[in-house]
Amino acid sequence: MSALRPDLAVIAANVAPGSRVLDVGCGDGALMAVLRDERQVDARGMELDPANVAECVARGLSVMQGDADTDLVDYPDAAFDYAILSQTLQTTKRPDAVLDELLRVGRKAFVSFPNFAHWKVRASLMWHGRMPVTRLLPVAWYETPNIHHATVRDFRDLVEAKGLRVEGAWFLSGDRRISDAAANWRAEHAVFLLSR
Amino acid sequence: MTAAELNLVNQTLVLPAALPLDGGQSLSSVEVAYETVGTLNPEKSNAILLFHALTMDQHVVSAHPKTGKPGWWSKSVGPGKVIDTSRFFVICANVLGGCMGTTGPASLAADGTPYAMRFPVITIRDMVRAQVALLDALGIEQVHAVVGGSMGGMQALSFAANWPERTRAVLVIASTARHSAQNIAFHEVGRQAIMADPKWKGGDYHGAGKGPEAGLAVARMAAHITYLSEAGLTDKFGRNLQDRAAKTFGFDADFQVESYLRHQGLSFTDRFDANSYLYITRAMDYFDLAEEHGGRLAEAFAGARARFCLVSFDTDWLYPTAESRVIAHALNAAGAPVSFVELSAPYGHDSFLLDVPALDRVIAGFLNQ
Repeated sequence: MSALRPDLAVIAANVAPGSRVLDVGCGDGALMAVLRDERQVDARGMELDPANVAECVARGLSVMQGDADTDLVDYPDAAFDYAILSQTLQTTKRPDAVLDELLRVGRKAFVSFPNFAHWKVRASLMWHGRMPVTRLLPVAWYETPNIHHATVRDFRDLVEAKGLRVEGAWFLSGDRRISDAAANWRAEHAVFLLSR
Repeated sequence: MTAAELNLVNQTLVLPAALPLDGGQSLSSVEVAYETVGTLNPEKSNAILLFHALTMDQHVVSAHPKTGKPGWWSKSVGPGKVIDTSRFFVICANVLGGCMGTTGPASLAADGTPYAMRFPVITIRDMVRAQVALLDALGIEQVHAVVGGSMGGMQALSFAANWPERTRAVLVIASTARHSAQNIAFHEVGRQAIMADPKWKGGDYHGAGKGPEAGLAVARMAAHITYLSEAGLTDKFGRNLQDRAAKTFGFDADFQVESYLRHQGLSFTDRFDANSYLYITRAMDYFDLAEEHGGRLAEAFAGARARFCLVSFDTDWLYPTAESRVIAHALNAAGAPVSFVELSAPYGHDSFLLDVPALDRVIAGFLNQ
């Protein structure tokens, strides 16, 4: 699993073997392939970019071309043990609605996102007065697909407002796990496991 | 590459038993003309059954016997190609109702004269049933995959729904689970053009010299428009004039697009039988996979255990992406492993036969699993 992006490795390590998974925004299928091959998971994917879908098909994965904002409605309730949304929440038009849909089609949901309250982001705003361009947020504000930035604290507030349960939270900095302490300052990525 | 190097064989099977039809009748002594490319392995596990579209035939790789043109998918089928015949044994049969060797309305009935309009109205499932009988005769219990575009995709879906245990994978390109009112409407224009031609003679034109060529040409012209995108036509022809500097103020083919369509229509009559066109378009119009299964498409796939892959094209307005999505959702609801992708290609419905590299990647990736 070492080849996986760190947030995906966290998710892969915490998905129960043999479960049914929907990976929303599955990209080229790297996580799905690991889940299938190493954890005997029945993995399905949804992905917007046709080139990525073709890549997934070539890996023998089952992937539907679709949009997280509009196409989750096509899945029945509780069709999956887990719905996964990695590094995609911040690109959706309505993250709150997408979160609802994730926990409708999946009994649990993994959500990973870049933390906009990381100290480098804060420093960029503080010292330069500009929207940050960092390793995890590499695109300038006017062309970034990340239209709904959030912080760890923002996300916890939304989860609480929706009455969702946090079953697990993992924080990453420089691709390494860090402790929960002051995560809103120190974490570049966050991964949450949620349930209703 | 020679036929021997390709392991290319064309032959005709006479079905040993009468073929029951959805319309309630049955046909005896049905002939199925088919082409195979590649070598069937000793386990008989490497076959791919390829279904052809409305006006095509079994000549996937071999040159067409009437036009001399290369096989309709010779670009993609062959050793080392997208459908690799050094690995797979590809089978393609002319459909029931066709005019290239498989029994159809031009075939002789028991009384020694052509069936013509006495030929029973057939369905997509009847076409597939004849090809399942071919697999039986070849001793192939389960194919590696069934593959088809357009009407071939309908056959692939029908195969998956009605003979689910006989394939491990199903690839459907630019197709639909049912003919829409608009699809039926375009076909009806074509049929009426044929029937309005005095040379059609109620279908009894066989052996009477020229058939309803004018009507069949018009049918082909109308249909051909639906295979192309508006942008594709504009790119290719625009308002360009055909071999002239100015409009003639007459009804000659002033515009290139007119000349092109007339040519498409006329050359079609050299290779296709008008009654076959009536019967095959009727079969497509009758196709509604959900209707055969209580109105719910997901029910049609209740027994499906194969892997599915559906491909649509963004410029295809004949069988638009929404139709493929309907199928994909039904398969998801039935719990089948399914992939769906809409590819971008400028050519409209015909993209499935043209040079679309992204399609090649999807086909090869899906089949090589």
